[in-house]
Amino acid sequence: MDMALGPAYEAFRDEVRGFLAEHRRRWPPTVGATRAQMLAWQALLLEHGYAGRTIPRAYGGFGASPDILESRIIAEEFAAARAPRGLAGQGISMLVPTLLELGTEIQKQQWIAPTLRGEVIWCQGYSEPGSGSDLASLSTRAILDGDDFVINGQKIWTSTAAQADMIFCLVRTEPDAPKHAGISYLLFSMKSPGIEVRPLKTMTGHAEFNEVFFTDVRVPKTQIVGARGEGWRVANATLKHERGMLGDPNAAEARLSELIALMKAETVSGERLIDNPVLRDRLMALQARVLAMKFNGLRNLTCQIAGDGPGLAGLIVKLQGCELNHQLAALAIDALGELGVLYEGSPHLRAHAQWQQRYMFDLGLIIGGGTAQIQKNIIAERGLGMPREG
Amino acid sequence: MDFALSAEQRLLQTSLAGVLDRVAPLERVRAFADGNKSIARDIWAALTELGAPGVLIDEAHGGLGLRLLDAALIGEALAAAAAPAPFLGAAVLAPLAIAHAGSPAQQDAWLPRLAAGEVIAGIAIHEAVAGARDGAGVTADAGRLTGTSLFAIDAPGADLLVVADHSGRMHLVEVGDDNVEIIPLTTIDSTRRVGEVRLAGARSEPLAAGKEILPRLRDAAFVMLAADMLGASQTMLGKAVAYANERRQFGRLIGSFQAVKHLCAEMAAELEPARALLWYAAYAFDAAPDEASLMAAHAKAHLAEISRFIARTATEVHGGIGFTDLLGLHLWFKRIGLDRQLLGGPERLRLHAARLQGLAA
Repeated sequence: MDMALGPAYEAFRDEVRGFLAEHRRRWPPTVGATRAQMLAWQALLLEHGYAGRTIPRAYGGFGASPDILESRIIAEEFAAARAPRGLAGQGISMLVPTLLELGTEIQKQQWIAPTLRGEVIWCQGYSEPGSGSDLASLSTRAILDGDDFVINGQKIWTSTAAQADMIFCLVRTEPDAPKHAGISYLLFSMKSPGIEVRPLKTMTGHAEFNEVFFTDVRVPKTQIVGARGEGWRVANATLKHERGMLGDPNAAEARLSELIALMKAETVSGERLIDNPVLRDRLMALQARVLAMKFNGLRNLTCQIAGDGPGLAGLIVKLQGCELNHQLAALAIDALGELGVLYEGSPHLRAHAQWQQRYMFDLGLIIGGGTAQIQKNIIAERGLGMPREG
Repeated sequence: MDFALSAEQRLLQTSLAGVLDRVAPLERVRAFADGNKSIARDIWAALTELGAPGVLIDEAHGGLGLRLLDAALIGEALAAAAAPAPFLGAAVLAPLAIAHAGSPAQQDAWLPRLAAGEVIAGIAIHEAVAGARDGAGVTADAGRLTGTSLFAIDAPGADLLVVADHSGRMHLVEVGDDNVEIIPLTTIDSTRRVGEVRLAGARSEPLAAGKEILPRLRDAAFVMLAADMLGASQTMLGKAVAYANERRQFGRLIGSFQAVKHLCAEMAAELEPARALLWYAAYAFDAAPDEASLMAAHAKAHLAEISRFIARTATEVHGGIGFTDLLGLHLWFKRIGLDRQLLGGPERLRLHAARLQGLAA
C-alpha cells in the first residue's frame, strides 16, 4: 500500500490544473451550452489530450500511450474544478474502442476522427422488446440481397436515437446457427429509408430512450464490423467498455458531497437537516459505503495497472455502485421531505428536481446494462464458482 | 500509487494460514471454547515463532517493526480460523501504548518481553473510549488505581494491564498484586477472553505521554476489530459457498438455485469493498494521520453492519445444519457479534464519525 503518486504524476496534475485555469473562459456553461460551444471545447480538449487521449493521432486522437493514473488525474482535476468533460456519447465511449480493437483500417479512418470531434453522433442498437437480459436471443433480421443486407425488426432502449447520425447495431444474419453464432454487428445511417424512431417516455417524465423500427432498411454489406456471425464477440468488446461506465465510484463521491452540502444548508423551523440524528446516521452509513467503493475502485485500478484481473472486486462494481447512487438520492429526498417530492416547474423546487430525477433514473440503471439479478448470477458463477442454473 | 498488499504481506497471510491450519483446527478451537483456560499456550507459542507478538514493536526491542496493516492481516487470519489468542491486547494495543507513550525505561522493561511472547498484556480502556456502564470507572491517586473497568480485552490470564483512568491518562498495572482482581466475563464468543478488572488501590505506573495516546489506541482497536469481522465474514461466506456447492435437494445442488446463489453473491458484493476500506483504514493509521480516526470509525461501523448480514445469511444458506453446533459455524457468528459491540456499536461510531467532520455537536 502506497498512495503517493510520485513527482512525475504530480507534475502532470499541475499541467491539467494549468490548462483548466488558462482556458476558464472557454468552458461551455453547465446548463444550456450550444452545440457550437460544446464542439469548440471538444476540439480544445482533443488538441491538449484531455479527450481521445490514447487514440492514435492518425485517427484524430492525441496519441498518448495508455496510462491509467494519468486518466485518473484528468478525471479528478476536471471533477474538482467542476469543469465540463467534453463529449461522452456511446460513439466515443463504446464504438471507438470497439473499432480500434476490431474494425478494418477503412472503418477506423472513416469513423473515429469525426466521432471524436462530435461531428457524428451514434446510438446503440442492442436490446429488443423480446431480448433484454437474454440479449443473444435477439431477432432483428438482416438478409443478404445482392450487396446489401436488408434489415427488419425493432430495437428498444436506444438513447440518443433521435439525434443520432449513425447506429451500431446487432442483427441476426445466420438464422440457422446457434444463437450466439448467428449475430452480426453493422454500422449504418439513421437517415436510411425505412427507419422510424419513437420516443420512449420513462417514469421521469422524459424520453431518455427511444424505440427504433426497421422496415426493409438496406445497408451495404461492407459496413460490418468483424465477420458474419461474429457480432456477439464484437458486442462483448463494446459491453466491456459500457460496464466500466456504470457504477463509477467518482460519481458517488461527488453525489455524497452534494448531499452533505444540502443537509447543512437546508433548515426546517431553523434546525438544519444534518442535525436530525436519524438522517445524519443514514448519511454516515452511506459515507462509509462511498469510501468502501472508492477504495475498491483504487484496488481495481492497481490490478489494471499490473495487468491482473481484479476478480470479485471488479465484478461487484455495477451492482453495488448503482445501488449506492440510488440510496444517496433516496436520502436526499427523505431529508427534503415534502420539498423532495416537488417536481419540475414547481415553486420551492430544490436543485432543479435532480434528486428525484436521479432517484428514478438510477432505478433504470439498476435494471439496465445487466440487471441486478444478472449481476448476482455473474458474481456467484464467475466470482464464487457456483453452479449454473438447471 | 499501489493499492494492494505487498509480496511480503501476501507471504505473511499464506504462512500464517498454514500455521493456523495446523495448530488451531476446529477441534482445537472447540476445546478452548469449551474449557476454562484463559490462554491457548500452544497457539500463542506458534504465533510467537512467527514473530506475531512483536509485529508492531521496533527491531531494537526485538520486534518486527511492521505497521498496523500487517497487524490487521494477522488479526484477520486469526479470526478466519476463530483462533483463540490475546493478539489485540498483547500484540497491538499494549505495545502501541508503551512504545508511543512509555518512558525509555518502560519501553526497555516491557517491549522485549512482549515481543518475545513472554508477557501477555490486556487492555482496559472501555470506559474512556465507549463510556462507563454499571458504575465502572477508574481513578488514579499517587501511583494507585481504584475502581473497575469492564470489557477489558485479553485481561483474563494477562500478566500486565494497560489501564485508562477516567481522565484518559494511561497506566501500567502488573497483575499479581492482591489489589488487582480480574473476573472473566462470559460472552457469546467463547474463542476470546474479556474481563472485568477490579482495582483496589493497585500499584501502577503512569505512562509518560499521558492522554494523547488514547485516541490512537481507540483507532487501532477499531481497525483491529474491523479486521476480525472481515476474517470471520470471509470464513462464513467461504463455508456457505462450499456447502451450497455440495448439498443436494430436489435432485440438484442448492447452489444452482438463484434464491441461494444470490444470497452468496450479495455477501461477496458487501465484503469485497469492505476489505478495501479496511486496508485503507489500517494504512491511514500510519501514513495519513489526518484521516486515520475517521477511516477507523467508518471501517468498524461498516464491517459491523455487513458482517451481521453475512453472519445471518451464511447461516441461512446452511439451512438447519448451520443452526446446530455440529459445523461450529456459530463460533464465527458469535465472534462477529462480540466485535460489533466492543468499544462501541455502529450507531455510536457513526455519531463519532460525524463529530470528527464537524457534522455533529
